[in-house]
Amino acid sequence: MQDFADAFRLAFALLVQLDPNLVEIVALSLQVTLSAVALACAIGFPAGAALAAAKFPGRGAVIVILNTMMSLPPVVIGLLVYMLVSNAGPLGFMQLLYTPGAMIMAQTILVTPLVAALGRQVLADFHDEYDETFRSMAVPWRKQVAALLWDARYSLLTVALAGFGRAVAEVGAVIIVGGNIAHVTRVMTTAIALETSRGDLALALALGIVLLVVAVTINAAVMVLRASAQRLAYV
Amino acid sequence: MATIGSRMMMARGRIAFCIAMVILAFCAAGARAAEEFIILQSTTSTQNSGLLDAILPDFTKSTGIEVRVVAVGTGQAIKNARNGDGDVLLVHSRAAEEAFVAQGWGVERHDVMYNDFVIVGPASDPAGIAPFNGAIAAMFWIAKAKAPFVSRGDDSGTHKAELRLWALASGVDVKAASGSWYRETGSGMGATLNIGVAMGAYVLTDRATWIAFKNKSDSKIMVEGDPNLFNPYGVILVNPARHPRVKAEAGHTFIDWLTGPEGQAAIGAFKIDGKQLFFPNAK
Repeated sequence: MQDFADAFRLAFALLVQLDPNLVEIVALSLQVTLSAVALACAIGFPAGAALAAAKFPGRGAVIVILNTMMSLPPVVIGLLVYMLVSNAGPLGFMQLLYTPGAMIMAQTILVTPLVAALGRQVLADFHDEYDETFRSMAVPWRKQVAALLWDARYSLLTVALAGFGRAVAEVGAVIIVGGNIAHVTRVMTTAIALETSRGDLALALALGIVLLVVAVTINAAVMVLRASAQRLAYV
Repeated sequence: MATIGSRMMMARGRIAFCIAMVILAFCAAGARAAEEFIILQSTTSTQNSGLLDAILPDFTKSTGIEVRVVAVGTGQAIKNARNGDGDVLLVHSRAAEEAFVAQGWGVERHDVMYNDFVIVGPASDPAGIAPFNGAIAAMFWIAKAKAPFVSRGDDSGTHKAELRLWALASGVDVKAASGSWYRETGSGMGATLNIGVAMGAYVLTDRATWIAFKNKSDSKIMVEGDPNLFNPYGVILVNPARHPRVKAEAGHTFIDWLTGPEGQAAIGAFKIDGKQLFFPNAK
């Protein structure tokens, strides 16, 4: 397979030359996915913390449903969001279809159950540890959630990274609601799908390598941030 | 009591505020520069071949209207246009286009250009169809030999054309053969070609996508030039009476340009490896 060697050469060339089209695509990928992950964390972490701290009937069922929603296929979410924001759909007036807004919406729906479910697991472990303290001090429910979220913040960063990984790698949802429009809604994964369908396998794989490089950079940055923040905390 | 009530009100207000912020965030990300644009629902063949990338910048330069292309199969493009999710439709399945207009979803169909379908297959030619000039005879012998054939299977214009050819090849029932020698990918033209080439199977494809396709391996054109393989493209403005958000004026401008001298010349001038892929035929 000549394609493998070509792919690495191409990926290297794309990265070194900072091809303006590629930069635009990478920037949009990051804009969409980081916005979606931020929104998903803003919704999912408090929800996960509430589920970890509160005891109510049917809690087990809610957790099972939440965990199940982690396996929602992106293409199904894409279809749902398409039907919502289509001009024939209930949110058509918002004119979101084929814009980055619709892509952010789809990825937010994709990632929220993941960060809520994984976040709940992390926070439940913290909660087990804190439970007696909370009870002896009669900490109100809302303060429990805030304390859990704050103390678990480094573990939650890893959860957010998992969410980032799922969102940045998916193609099924963004290609339906974004439409893969050049310079408007083309992101890394839809560009890869397009080049594959053009039979340009080397370029498609090169874009895949670039995607991995971007993901490595983000992960490394978070790791450095976390390490230095923790070091500061102990000084 | 009053404090609990007001606290609940506050909580509810806060939730409403959060929802409003989320919606605002989507809208802010959705809103872009206010320059004028239309959405063109089109097919994978016009995009994968590079035609639209080649001609649309001319249109944008002369009119200031940006064209945002959504390239899907003809079936999905028509469905999206019916939902009002596009201003102009550029597809290739005449019967479906005429039905779209007759049902009031589109204003009028205009001829734009044509290209043709070809049957590609492995150089070893297991069904021995290369000597035939006729597509229908070739299809018949592929079925007779039970040689692998990969179909789009996605209700696209190409898929509909292929089914029309099978219907003309007497005694062939591809539905019954699906899963054995007849394989339906349910994917776009490029994805289907990738599969067909890897399987050493025959594939019906439009010539433009095939010429621009870069992963040909040892497959080549087996049958071409039959009038049954003619592939006309039509352009239709989505009916603004059905969907008030359709940008009728900009859409009209685009259709006039595409079917006018400038657009027609641009289509004719588009070549890959020195070969003309689309032939303008607007009246």
